[in-house]
Amino acid sequence: MNAMIRWGLIILMTGLLAACAQPKRDLTEAERLAAETAAAEAEAADRARREAEARGIGVDRDLRADPLDDPQSLLADRLVYFDFDRDTVRPEFIPMLEAHSRYLSQNPGARLRLEGHTDERGTREYNLALGERRAQSVRRIMTLNGARDTQLEVISYGEEMPVAFTQTEESWARNRRVELVYEVRR
Amino acid sequence: MKHRSLQVWLFGLLLLVTGQAAAVLEVTVTEGVTGAIPVAVTPFAWEGAGSAPEDVAQIVGANLVRSGLFQTIGRERLARAPTGPDDFLAEQWAAVGAEYLVIGRLLPEAERVLIEFHVFDVLANQRLGGFRIPVPPEMLRRGAHRVSDIVYEQITGEKGAFSARIAYVGVTGPTDDRRFTLEVADSDGANPRTLFRSSQPLMSPEWSPDGRHLVYVSFENRRSEIFRHNVESGARDRLASFPGINSAPSWSPDGRRLAMSLSRDGTPNIYIMELDTGALTQVTRSNAIDTEPAWSPDGEILYFTSDRAGSAQIYQMRLPAGTAQRLTFEGSSAGAATVSPDGKSLVYVQGGEGGLRLARLDLETRRVTLLTRGRYDKSPSFAPNGSMIIYSSTDRGRGILGSVSRDGRVHQRLAARTGEVREPAWSPL
Repeated sequence: MNAMIRWGLIILMTGLLAACAQPKRDLTEAERLAAETAAAEAEAADRARREAEARGIGVDRDLRADPLDDPQSLLADRLVYFDFDRDTVRPEFIPMLEAHSRYLSQNPGARLRLEGHTDERGTREYNLALGERRAQSVRRIMTLNGARDTQLEVISYGEEMPVAFTQTEESWARNRRVELVYEVRR
Repeated sequence: MKHRSLQVWLFGLLLLVTGQAAAVLEVTVTEGVTGAIPVAVTPFAWEGAGSAPEDVAQIVGANLVRSGLFQTIGRERLARAPTGPDDFLAEQWAAVGAEYLVIGRLLPEAERVLIEFHVFDVLANQRLGGFRIPVPPEMLRRGAHRVSDIVYEQITGEKGAFSARIAYVGVTGPTDDRRFTLEVADSDGANPRTLFRSSQPLMSPEWSPDGRHLVYVSFENRRSEIFRHNVESGARDRLASFPGINSAPSWSPDGRRLAMSLSRDGTPNIYIMELDTGALTQVTRSNAIDTEPAWSPDGEILYFTSDRAGSAQIYQMRLPAGTAQRLTFEGSSAGAATVSPDGKSLVYVQGGEGGLRLARLDLETRRVTLLTRGRYDKSPSFAPNGSMIIYSSTDRGRGILGSVSRDGRVHQRLAARTGEVREPAWSPL
């Protein structure tokens, strides 16, 4: 391998590693990307709607099934999982959060509770705060994607409400979560 | 205090199984010191009709053994107890291996029982003291704890804490329908009483300095809020229900203020609430997590947990609002500090490769000593005499309480027969 390419790769890898190792509060890049994607998608949806309307095809919202109940929809996903002692939303959860944000922006009456949880590794009060920080990360992404602040309520349960009860990495991973709970659906 | 060879030894001894409620605790000493001091506690004679309502000598003996510093001499080996202090014959007690002797009797009177007892130093051939404690008949068990406190102090020179109580959170029921209770029991786990039941989690109980109230966090309204609960009357009021989390209540030593962690302005910071007026003063201002405040005994310093430097660590701040100074540097994290009654050390939860363990920080020398070897040892609380620390632990995934002597040598566990127990708080004396 050519030395230049090798160095290039090393620098690239170091950059990637540094990006992975970024401190937990640094959400800006993910947020910016999420916001851009959401804006582009909203624009595309808007264009499609206008084109459909131009062709005389109206969408009757009342006759449509509630998309929240559609198991095929991204809206069926209501769980965001986190790394240990981190509050950064991993990229794989962004599309799902965008879908919920879109739903909220289209249904101004809808209300969503963001319930933050942690695993048991940490002191209880610290975990209560960490759970809140996770729910706040989710809220930030959702407001950047069109959900209104008033539609979102952040709650933390810390480690008090686990869903998995064994002391294993699998259980801990399932417990480190934010649950999206619709209080009002539309 | 006598100094002896301090090798650690292990034994399993079931000491107490009493009562009927679900959250009764069974106390087991799992590790003590070799050369525990042999004490003879002769049965206390009941000088009334029928038989004694409580075996006071048994309760006293069990308490002393539970401290890890004493062993008791089996009743079958006891010589005939002298009827009064004048009949004490040191040789007789030295012959059965006793270094100290406790004799006593119970004198029922009109509305009370008089517990009369004497403590002897067998090796020095002298009486250390004679005492009389009047108690209502139904409180004989409490009286026995008081006797234990006095015997402990006579022999070690340090106050006993057997008559203090412990509050803790009980959890029962299947994993999808858990029930949470706030419990108060004697220091030996006896006489448990449920103060509050909820289908939602309860957290962080702490006693007021006068022992009349508990504060705790309840999720009964589907979010964290701080409540105050009168232990005798059962009256309760909500102290903090601000937007965000309301957590980690800690009573000031003068009982007039409550430190707490609130995220009302976005991130959790430490606040102090005047209990008379409800007025709040913000103590820390960071964008990090600041929580788990604990007061120095003089009320001038707050210790708290913060992750302002990346990982959770313990800091101290001189009040009203000085600069925060970091205190912990060992392990990957530190939190949930509890201050020794003399104010000279902190016991806290240290995170590391092995899990969460209790460590003691000497505030003067800054030396750190690991006290426990569990993987989930959390929520430490100092006994009011500073001799022991009670904490939450787990046994095969089940929540139990542990206690460890200040030097880390004596270990015991307190487990509920059914369900889990956690977050213990030792009452003041």
